[in-house]
Amino acid sequence: MPKALVDLLTVVLNGVTLAALYFVVASGFTLIFGLMRTTNMAHGSLYMLGAYVGVSAYDATGNWLAALVIGFAALAVVGGAIHLGLLSRMAGQDLRQALVTIGLSIIIGDLLLAKYGGLTYQIAPPAFAAGSVAIPFVVNGTYSAYRLFMIGAAVAVYGSLWLVLNRTRIGWYIRAGIDDRDMLSALGVNVSRVFLFVFALGAGLAGLSGVIGATALSISPSEDGRYLLSSLVVVIVGGMGSLEGAVIGALIIGLSEQIGLFYAPTYSIFITFVIMAAVLAIRPQGLLGRPA
Amino acid sequence: MAEPLIPRPDGPAESADHPEPAATAPVLEISGLDVRYGQSHVLQGVDLIVNRRPLSLIGRNGMGKSTLCNAITGLVPAFGGSVKLHGHELVGLKPHEIARSGIGYVPQGRRVFASLSVEEHLRMVARRGGGGWTIKKIYELFPSLQARRRNGGTQLSGGEQQMLAIARALLLNPRLLIMDEPSEGLAPIVVEHMIGTLHNLAREGVALLLVEQNLGVATSVSERIAIMVTGTIALETTSAELASDEATQRRYLGVSTHIERIDTPAAPAPST
Ligand SMILES: Nc1ncnc2c1ncn2[C@@H]1O[C@H](COP(=O)(O)OP(=O)(O)OP(=O)(O)O)[C@@H](O)[C@H]1O
Ligand SMILES: [Mg+2]
Repeated sequence: MPKALVDLLTVVLNGVTLAALYFVVASGFTLIFGLMRTTNMAHGSLYMLGAYVGVSAYDATGNWLAALVIGFAALAVVGGAIHLGLLSRMAGQDLRQALVTIGLSIIIGDLLLAKYGGLTYQIAPPAFAAGSVAIPFVVNGTYSAYRLFMIGAAVAVYGSLWLVLNRTRIGWYIRAGIDDRDMLSALGVNVSRVFLFVFALGAGLAGLSGVIGATALSISPSEDGRYLLSSLVVVIVGGMGSLEGAVIGALIIGLSEQIGLFYAPTYSIFITFVIMAAVLAIRPQGLLGRPA
Repeated sequence: MAEPLIPRPDGPAESADHPEPAATAPVLEISGLDVRYGQSHVLQGVDLIVNRRPLSLIGRNGMGKSTLCNAITGLVPAFGGSVKLHGHELVGLKPHEIARSGIGYVPQGRRVFASLSVEEHLRMVARRGGGGWTIKKIYELFPSLQARRRNGGTQLSGGEQQMLAIARALLLNPRLLIMDEPSEGLAPIVVEHMIGTLHNLAREGVALLLVEQNLGVATSVSERIAIMVTGTIALETTSAELASDEATQRRYLGVSTHIERIDTPAAPAPST
């Protein structure tokens, strides 16, 4: 196979696996910001907190899956507390929510810096996704098993969220509550509890994605901004609240970042934002978003 | 279209002249209910009793009818006064607690959920087990909902949206059904169908508070009529009296034209 093609296929595979990570990170943001319209500028910090919780949990247990579950559960609890204590008291007030969550992300960042210092940590991949897999059409003929596993993880997260939102009572509550909160409460549903659940689930997914990301790449202070930004772009390009949109948004960002990095490294970030600007110029509601 | 809507319960139907004693026992007792929006005092000491015989509440635009419905269901806070369902105080409860205590609400403008299909609406509200209303019974009552069960809430016609709003309230098996201007924007034949449904519900023992601007609908659904003027109940009367009293109609409702009772099959009209 010609080298140029092998290079391209490798870059595409890198882009897709990065997109998988971006999707998993953004999935919680899709729930909290896209669907529930809560402006949570601390999403990147929740990712980072989840990653560090994962690091500690992995140290303690030596079990990757245990670290994943603990990262999810711990952040679900943290998210629930943030929602109950702060954000549910300022429902619909975007600016206040933005300020409070930016403050929160500074606090979380400093606390993590105090506890873990400026070092870079990485979690070892689980045995079932360690090493590399032979793939004929990529550079060197092998590819990281863990990065392939991330695609599976993204598909699993997508599938689970789709099932919850479309096939369960709580999913109908979530969608109906977003359409018309008062009307849903007049049908006997405790909407505050539904929204608490959504926020906890979204934060839990941020924690879970932190563990997955800290295994794929690494975790160090000040990575919160990067993942908040990628999540914002994914949700806005894909369309607020659309799960399918988030998949497409993540693919666009992941691919453009990797293709840019390989063919035009200087312009890599630039390309991402040109795409975002172009999408928003043509479809202000995002690719699969409903017009407001 | 105007076929019987609800399978009649077993046993003889009571005549309106000789209701069983329980029919006049209060279901909902509203006393001295006050509601304010900021400075404006929208409900000013509303007193009203709803029993198991349907009650219509009429009044001009902006008199506070919807505000009363929203205050009963807890969607707007009461500033003072009391609302009791079967003797149970509702003021201060959350909307979902009020709904669970037995009040079904069909709000003005239907407010069906845009992102849920018909079937999802119904399955979301329907409880497993227990007697009462089931999705199957709802589809028997409103066959056109079954035909459109995969359609989204806002892809329905006005009449179908109204059926869906009624259906989801019924699935709560309410003891009291509050309907705010259900006839608004519906074709006459659809309104007639709805009136039939309400008669059957009343016969099943569901108490009904019907807010209407259409006097014809109000008088064909209920014997008792209450008239609201600027946040108070100005007059309680009967359908028969009101229908024959044009002066009162003019005074409280600003209507001077002849009002036709909608209780005979109407001429064919385009359905929505
Ligand atoms: N959320 C609100 N904030 C402030 N004022 C309100 C609000 N909702 C209603 N009002 C005012 O309260 C008064 C009563 O309104 P309400 O909707 O209860 O009237 P209504 O009798 O239902 O009228 P209609 O027949 O037009 O539906 C009106 O003057 C209205 O402008
Ligand atoms: Mg009204």
